[in-house]
Parts: sequence; C-alpha cells; structure tokens
Amino acid sequence: MEFRRKHLLELQGMSREELTLILDTAETFREVLERPIPKVPTLRAVTVANVFFEPSTRTRLSFELAEKRLSADLVSFSAATSSVLKGETLKDTARNIEAMKVDMVVIRHSAAGAPHFLSRCLAASVINAGDGCHEHPTQGLLDMMTLRHKFGRLEGLKVAIVGDIEHSRVARSNLHGLRTMGAEVLLCGPSTLMPVEAERWGVAVTHDLDEAIAWADALNVLRIQRERQAAGLFPSLREYHARFGVTRRRLERAGKEVTILHPGPINRGVEIESDLADSEFSVILDQVTNGVAVRMAVLYLLAGAQGALQGS
Amino acid sequence: MNQPKPAQKVLFKGGSLLDLDTGKETPEDILIVDGRIAELGKVEIASFDGEVIDVSGAVVVPGLMDMHVHLREPGREDEETVETGCRAAMAGGFTAVCPMPNTEPPADKREVLDFLKERAAGQLVELFPIAAVSKGRKGEEIAEMGELVEAGAVAFSDDGDPVHNAAVMRRALEYASMFGRPVIDHCQELTLSAGGVMNEGFVSTNLGLPGMPAIAEEIMVARDLFLAKYTGGKLHIAHVSTAGAVELIRRARAEGVQVTCEVTPHHLTLTDEAVVGFDTNTKMNPPLRTAADVEALRAGLRDGTIQVIASDHAPHAIEEKEVECAAAPFGIIGLETSLGLVLRELVDGKVLSLAQALRAMTVGPRAALGLEQVKIAKGAMANLSFIDPRAEWVVDRSRLHSKCRNTPFHGWKLRGLVLALCNKGLFWCAGG
Ligand SMILES: [Zn+2]
Ligand SMILES: [Zn+2]
Repeated sequence: MEFRRKHLLELQGMSREELTLILDTAETFREVLERPIPKVPTLRAVTVANVFFEPSTRTRLSFELAEKRLSADLVSFSAATSSVLKGETLKDTARNIEAMKVDMVVIRHSAAGAPHFLSRCLAASVINAGDGCHEHPTQGLLDMMTLRHKFGRLEGLKVAIVGDIEHSRVARSNLHGLRTMGAEVLLCGPSTLMPVEAERWGVAVTHDLDEAIAWADALNVLRIQRERQAAGLFPSLREYHARFGVTRRRLERAGKEVTILHPGPINRGVEIESDLADSEFSVILDQVTNGVAVRMAVLYLLAGAQGALQGS
Repeated sequence: MNQPKPAQKVLFKGGSLLDLDTGKETPEDILIVDGRIAELGKVEIASFDGEVIDVSGAVVVPGLMDMHVHLREPGREDEETVETGCRAAMAGGFTAVCPMPNTEPPADKREVLDFLKERAAGQLVELFPIAAVSKGRKGEEIAEMGELVEAGAVAFSDDGDPVHNAAVMRRALEYASMFGRPVIDHCQELTLSAGGVMNEGFVSTNLGLPGMPAIAEEIMVARDLFLAKYTGGKLHIAHVSTAGAVELIRRARAEGVQVTCEVTPHHLTLTDEAVVGFDTNTKMNPPLRTAADVEALRAGLRDGTIQVIASDHAPHAIEEKEVECAAAPFGIIGLETSLGLVLRELVDGKVLSLAQALRAMTVGPRAALGLEQVKIAKGAMANLSFIDPRAEWVVDRSRLHSKCRNTPFHGWKLRGLVLALCNKGLFWCAGG
C-alpha cells in the first residue's frame, strides 16, 4: 500500500494497514542501523526542523539521529534557546519555520493539540513528538515494534499499561495503536490517575497491579511525575511504590515471565525496581534502538507522501 | 452597516403581530409617529407621506433582549466597544443588551455606569448594565449596590468568575433584594474546575485535555439555591450547562425559591465532540457538555425551568484565539448567531414553538430582571423587532459586525432574517 498522510499527529484513527506499513518499513531501517555505515541518502535535500517547546533529550536525540541516518538537513531548537521565552507565539514560531523553507517539522509541546494547530498553519508536514497529555505517536509505534519483535505478533497480545494513565500521551498512543493491531489492553493505576470513562476506550481497568501482572504478556510501565504528588493525586512516592511499583517479587509471585517496557527516563525505585529495569525481562534498550528505526520510517513515509522523495 | 434613523413617520407594512402567549399571528401594519405606535392595523398608503418599510413575511415581536453580553469597553476596545457591540446586537435582532461588568476597570462604581450610558446615548440599542457584585470583582466585599442601582444597574454579577465566598454571596442576595435586583452567578466550584479547558468526560479523556466536571457547576448551583432560599433573595443562574443543574433549579422553583436562569445557544446546539480537532473556538466556560446535557437543557426550556436564552457574547481578538488550546481564552461571540441558531435548532427542530422561542428572548429576560414588559399597543413607545423566521442565511465570519471573529458557527446555515428594528425613537432597516 501507499502512505497518503501528510502529517503524523496521532495514532487514533490510523488503520491497521497504515500501522503495519510503518512497522514493516521500520524493520528495514533497523537493518540499515546494523550496517557498518548506517546511513542512506534517502532524504537528501529534505529539511527537517525539530522544534522542542518542552525538554526531552531522548526523543530529540532519537529524531535527530533518524534524520541524520537518512541524510536529511536539520535545524533544531528548543524552548530554552528559542524566542518562545520572549513570548513569541506558536504561530509566529511556525511562520519563522515556514520562512526557512523546511519540509517537515517535528514538534514537542506541553499543550495537547499544538501539533494540530501547527498543521493548520504550515505547508510542511508535521510530526507530533508528544503533545501535552494527548499523544506521542512515534513512542506508541516503537513500543509496538518492540513487542512485535519480542513476540512475533501483536494480534491477541495482552498488554497492561501501568501508572499515571490520565497524564500519559504514551498510554493514549499505545492503547489506540495496540487495539487497532488486535492486541488487548488493560490499564492499571491509582483511581486518581485514571481518566474518567477510560473503559469507553474499549479497554479493561484495574487498580490492582498483581491482577494486571497475572493477566499480562507485557507491562508498559509509565514514568510517574513527582509533581502529581504535589497536586495531591497520590499520597507519597513511598505509597505509590508499595501499591504500583513493579518489583521482581511481584513477578515471582505471579510465577510467570512478563516483558517490561518503559518509555524512560526511569525513576528507579518508584514505578519500577532498579535491578528489574536492567533484568532479562526488560526490553527498554531495544525500545531505544527501535525508536530511531521507527522515526526513520515515519520521516521516510511522510516525505514520500508529500512528494519530497521524487528526484532524490 | 446603515445607521438608524429618527422614526418620525414610518409605516411598517406587511408584517404579522405574533402573540407570544398564544402563538397566534395577526397581520397588522404598524404606523410609528415620533417613536410611538400611532396606528395598528390596515393603513392605506395612497395618501401616506412618510416612509414605508416593506416587512412582508415578518413577525413583529417586542424588541429582543440579550441579557448576557460582554462589550469589553472600557479596557479592551480593540475587541469590542459599546458602538460595535450595538451594531452586532442590531444585526442579531436585539434592541436591548445587558453588558457584564468584567471590564477594566470593572463596573463596580457609578462612574463606569455613567460612562457606559454616555456611550450608549443615541444608539437604537438600549443598554441595561449589570454591575459587579463585589468591589473590584475580588469577591471579598459587596459593591455599593444602592448607588449602582441609582446609576442604572439592573442586576449584579461577578460573571467571568463565580462569587466563590458563600458569605459574600449570602450578603449580596440579602442586600440586592432591598432593591428588587437579582444576583447573577457564574456557577463554578473553582477547586474542582481548576485548570480545565473543556467538559470532563470521555472526549477530554481521549484528547488528553484537562476537564471541568459537571459537578463543579452543580455544587455551586446547589449552594446558590440554598442561599436564595435562606435569604429570600432573587437569584439568576447564568449560562446553565448541565442536566444536573437544570434538575436542581427545577426542584428549587417547585419549592418556591426565587430563581431564574438562562441558557446559551451554543450549549443548546454543540457538544464536547466539537472540541475534537482542538479548535479554540470551541473553548468556552462553562464548557460544551454532552448530548444528554443538551437534551436536558432543551427540556428545561420546554417546561419553563429555563426562561431565558442569552448569548454570553464574548469577543476575543484573533491573535488571542490563534494559539494552542491551553493558552486560548474562553468564550465565543454570539449576538449575531443567537436568533438564527434558536430558530434552526429549536423551532425547526420542534423543541419550541416560534412564540416560545421568542419569549425566551423578549419576555423571559425582562421578567428575570424585573423590568417592565414591552407593550405593542397604540400610544406605546415602539420597541419592536421585525423578523422573517423562514428566511435562511449562512454565517460568514468575515461579514459579522462584531469586532471579533471567534465563532464556531462559520459556514452554518441558519434561519431567520432581521428585517427591521424600532426603539428609542429610532428605526433601522437591514436592507438599506
Ligand atoms: Zn460566565
Ligand atoms: Zn459571561
């Protein structure tokens, strides 16, 4: 099939065929990454702007690496060094980016919908690198790619997403993508961090981590943000860890092997026990590698859909 | 937009008087001489030497009143002024509006009301200003209500914000009742709605946007109803938006509590599904709710629990709305689409009869504010709206008369054209 989208704003609403195409394309790029010279000329003459209004070393580096591996030209700026601090609006920023004649914009923003807004005022393709509590589509894709690697399939897989679901864009992209691919999703976390009417996503909800572990083939453990405690959403990190921290003891009690994913960076000893994050169950480093491959695939497919690949 | 002219000798020909109690339409020509109704009935034009306005197809009703608008003057004249607000009101069919006091400075002192009156002098549209409940709208001490009533305040409200302190609300209801004036509350329990930008529900869950739960409104409505019952004061709930709030008000009215309320055209027509796609023109406070809430609001209008339709006209500059959702201000403009939405959604939709719908925009607001009702009778000052309820038009935001363009109804096909207005010794024809 051909990829026809101009932007990657969210996984919600994407078809199984589209998601499969991205994942398959990512597999071929993963092979490229394993070559002695892991670079292809595919996006030569394509310019990508990485616009990060929110600090995120991991995602930004992953995108930049993907762009370099595809031989794209790139400009990057982050809020700390940009005019955003001077009160420049998102729209003005967008206009400046446009004036630089870039073909694609990768945007990370603390406000849900910021990439949608940008896609309405730019001619360039927009890739959502995380918008507020809404979605983080490339993270969802790399998680799916990692699971598909590990299990050889997504259909019928049981994935529990554990932690602060309410404020997690990773959870939203994961559950939309996984469900479209035929996986089952269970959400597990404290009731104060579970969004209202979450069951209407077609997922099960539990507040019992042991129950989630007993059910799941894989756990996607979310990072817990300390400021949620300040906001009164849970009593203490200690209490959080006791109820929702993933530990080797809990896995042993369940008596089964469970694959563990984490979008990073990890709060060791809070949402997950430190040594478990580095254990044989963890595929966290695999996620990082797949992140580059997935982002290469997305950039490549969007460039093709936009006609930017012609003549290169 | 053409200017209103003195109504020295004008004949409105071909319209039908709509009886708002019975719904009966009676063809009547209306002759206005020096702003008063001189003749009602068949008037021959053969020997007539005044101006003749053809209003064939129109129903004639008391001048429409929008009891909840934000005109932004003083303070944000770039967004709206009394003058541009009056123009938008005329285009929307209104001869009266009630500007809310959340201006800069707020209308908490006589000087601000005097200034507004001065601005509105000579306009066809009449201003009935609402003054602040509390000094500086800070919610701490009640404003000098007696003097404000003398200066023309018809009600008190800290709209934009609720009166969060229960003791202040109690005193406001008690004190305002000495003047027979209602206190209008924007009902929201702020610790529950804090940070929210839309209705809390599955749509907010899905979009990852922080929500404002319906109970934040309902708890405040309940508190206000208790206080109104206890004090015997007159309470008016602004922009009711939830099914639960409608039910609370219905029960309180049955118990004899002095409470009235209003609903906006947008809460009667849109749900939180409109926020999908993150258009900032769907960001309003109270937020767009669910289909079940819309149904309950319509039922509330039908059974008389809700007496008033008001627009909550809230102009915001383009650059303020052209931002990400979280940063955008709340509110949309409404004066020019209010009537059209009501006729299309409620009258065409068979929720209300034409007379019931127009009652909520004429009799309802005047009753809620304790104002004298407009009479259409020989000898009375003419205060009339001539509306063709069947004509269709399409909303084009570039052609609105408000200074602002923040409407989610761009491109909507609405019903009801305003043909002419008459008030304060002036008349205005949409056609020219
Ligand atoms: Zn309000
Ligand atoms: Zn208001």
